[in-house]
Amino acid sequence: MGGKSDKPLIVKGKRLDGRTAEELRPFKIKAGIIKQADGSCELEFGETKVIAGVYGPKKVLPKHLEENTRAFLKVTYSMIPFSTSERNRPGPSRRSKEISKVIKDALAPAINLEKYPQTCIDIHIEITNANAGTRTSAINAATVALIDAGIEMRDVVASIAAGKVEDQVILDLFQDEDNFGQADLPIAMMPRTGEITLVQMDGDMTAAEIKKAIDMCEKACLKIAKVQRKAIIDEYKNNEVKNNE
Amino acid sequence: MTEKKIEKLYVSDREIVIPGDVLAEGMSYLPSGRAMREDNKIIATSLGLTNIKGHVIKIIPLAGRYIPKRGDAVIGKITGIARHGWRVDIRCPFDADLPISEASQSYIDTNRYPMSKYFDVGDYIFASIFDISENRFIKLSTKNRPYRKLHNGIIIEVSPTKIPRIIGKQGSMIKMLKENSGCDILVGQNGWVWIKNDDPEKQMLMSKAIRKIETESHTTGLTDKIKKMLNTKGGKK
Repeated sequence: MGGKSDKPLIVKGKRLDGRTAEELRPFKIKAGIIKQADGSCELEFGETKVIAGVYGPKKVLPKHLEENTRAFLKVTYSMIPFSTSERNRPGPSRRSKEISKVIKDALAPAINLEKYPQTCIDIHIEITNANAGTRTSAINAATVALIDAGIEMRDVVASIAAGKVEDQVILDLFQDEDNFGQADLPIAMMPRTGEITLVQMDGDMTAAEIKKAIDMCEKACLKIAKVQRKAIIDEYKNNEVKNNE
Repeated sequence: MTEKKIEKLYVSDREIVIPGDVLAEGMSYLPSGRAMREDNKIIATSLGLTNIKGHVIKIIPLAGRYIPKRGDAVIGKITGIARHGWRVDIRCPFDADLPISEASQSYIDTNRYPMSKYFDVGDYIFASIFDISENRFIKLSTKNRPYRKLHNGIIIEVSPTKIPRIIGKQGSMIKMLKENSGCDILVGQNGWVWIKNDDPEKQMLMSKAIRKIETESHTTGLTDKIKKMLNTKGGKK
């Protein structure tokens, strides 16, 4: 955020990568890629690449974190050193701890945690390539991994960011727009109920612009949720094909 | 609010659903298994297969870890010996114990023989869950038949959600497996399966058959497919 781009970010209503304001980057989701995990997912959102794995319900360690009536949700978000343009020091940082917490809070309302008392559900998210929108991609991937692990949930969680660049509200920012734009507004929601589980904002937007941004995100989340659903069902269809050969 | 009477079923039988899928609308439908009611809608809460019987909509889970229930028959691995009994790993989030008093019909004299004479660390046992305490401490029992120590054989690991498919309707699948291969098979609800046959090739064939059941559990006509597999491969030798 802040700083000035040396080139205009929007030319004749088209963005630098040729998208219109309300267009998403091409994305694909694949479930069940880690054999050792209970559930896993690989997601690509434009150039942002994420791998998520879910382990559990399992024993809570350390024991004092155990909750008597519900499961303890543990989320670890981390960027691998070569995921960014400049080497990223491995290990937990202020930023990754904060994003882990934000992702946990975005996913928790969708999971039936009361069904798994005195256990721990472990979610590990690795960013293998970062190009803006890592936290939203992480939420999308973690949801698919949770479903793949057979965890009981009320709904899926889909997530996307909107932002403001050159006084225009646009959807799904990529790196340059994120760096030189005026605002960034990630949102996570449950598409069936319409409940929003995450709203953050970085930068300035007027009330009308925020409303517009949220509307755009809601529409996009419905699209993403459809692909998430397809990823899970494809995994089982592929199993069938492989074994018949 | 006006009373609208919508009675509608959105899914067919044996369809894969994910959490949040609306299965049916209307108060006459009933949720079961991994389905729930929200207002007048029936919603799936987990990845699973639909099973519709009249007005009852059931979701049979396709993935997930084992959650212990009292009365379940499980296969466990002895991980330690304590003063009061044996520590057992039954592939679940909670600790499990086999107390000395529940291990055998006869009296176990710990002064005369070491406890490892009965069950040693690394042994596999077939046991029933005899009690789960409020803080989820599990007590096992091997007192009655067919619960016992498992000698020889191999243990294979499958997803606990596929166990009902391996057993089949009223034991049809497991009966077929035993008849067509001559193997001894014991199935634990926790997803461990014990196979024993003096011919190691038959053991391997059986473990392949069980793997096939695991990956294709959501397809129809599986019993016949597996029967064919066992008979053709067995006939070649």
